Amino acid sequence: MNASTITIDILRYRPEMDEKPFTQSFEVPYNADLSVLETLQYIKDHLDSSISFRWSCRMAICGSCGMMVNGVPKLGCKVFLRNYHPKKVTLAPLANFPIERDLVVVMDDFIDKLESVKPYLIPEKEKDLAAGPHQQTPLQMEKFKHFSMCINCGLCYAACPQYALDKKFTGPAALALLARYNRDSRDNGEAERMKIVNQEEGVWGCTFVGYCSVVCPKDVDPAAAIQLLKVDSSKDYLIGMFKPD
Amino acid sequence: MSKRKPYVRELPMDWWLKNAFYTKYMIREGSSILITLYSLILAWGVLRLSQGEGAFNAWMAALHHPFSIILHLIALALALYHTVTWFSLAPKAIALWIKEKRLPDKFIIAGHYGAFVVVSIFCLIIITL
Repeated sequence: MNASTITIDILRYRPEMDEKPFTQSFEVPYNADLSVLETLQYIKDHLDSSISFRWSCRMAICGSCGMMVNGVPKLGCKVFLRNYHPKKVTLAPLANFPIERDLVVVMDDFIDKLESVKPYLIPEKEKDLAAGPHQQTPLQMEKFKHFSMCINCGLCYAACPQYALDKKFTGPAALALLARYNRDSRDNGEAERMKIVNQEEGVWGCTFVGYCSVVCPKDVDPAAAIQLLKVDSSKDYLIGMFKPD
Repeated sequence: MSKRKPYVRELPMDWWLKNAFYTKYMIREGSSILITLYSLILAWGVLRLSQGEGAFNAWMAALHHPFSIILHLIALALALYHTVTWFSLAPKAIALWIKEKRLPDKFIIAGHYGAFVVVSIFCLIIITL
């Protein structure tokens, strides 16, 4: 490899031809400003048009280009060749998800989990539209806002050994989303959601590895959301002992 | 006809050795094995104490064996490692709001070390008195 190029290894899988994934190497011109996503676009445009990967916004908003970069879950658009050069870059589809094709994974289970936590406001009683919006103070919003910044990229699931070992575990992003609604002053659905939280597949499947919060590109801190929900779940259990309903 | 054939990768047995973060996590959790062993040895001492002076002195003598000293040193190192890493994670499980601001992490961590020092001194006083 000379100084002006960089090696990109990509784990490829073409379901119609391959029994199992294999690694394909590409030599691309090095540019310090190039993101990994742009490098993939260069490879698709100039070297091998058959390669598949997901992308959309190119600026860490859409959450589409999650992949393993040298074994670490990253957004392809938020990591640059200069972070690795002159070493090579190894790309693989997000860990803990089935591979659909090349760097594209099957995210159905992740989406099902997001839907399973009742991620919508459950007001105490339905309010007439004419009554205006549900109002909230800045402090009330501050209590859940950072849990609401999730872009559903799935990096935290790729980082979670508990999800790797047991796919029934609700997982970091979905539990952070649950915490976001439970902490919303306009919401009254905590009792319904605590049934999800209290299960083994809920927060108690988490052993606080904490890597989900490290890899999160939006600083949502799902590990903190889960630990706070464990506190809530313990309180819920204690209160339930004295006040069963 | 669909050509879909999602490929599921196996999780290798040594998954926790492939990333330093996972390895540190496993050491933190694995420390519980030696701490359990330490607790069992201590509980055994209490049992020997109930069996009379001779039994207790034999247990004390066994503790002076180099193997026992090495075991206790490893247990101490792991317990300290667990303490330090656990304290650094503590703020994640505590959301204290004072007026309109969340209590900064460093105060929660400092509070844990403060409590650790107070409890340690209290225990030392009980033992030495």
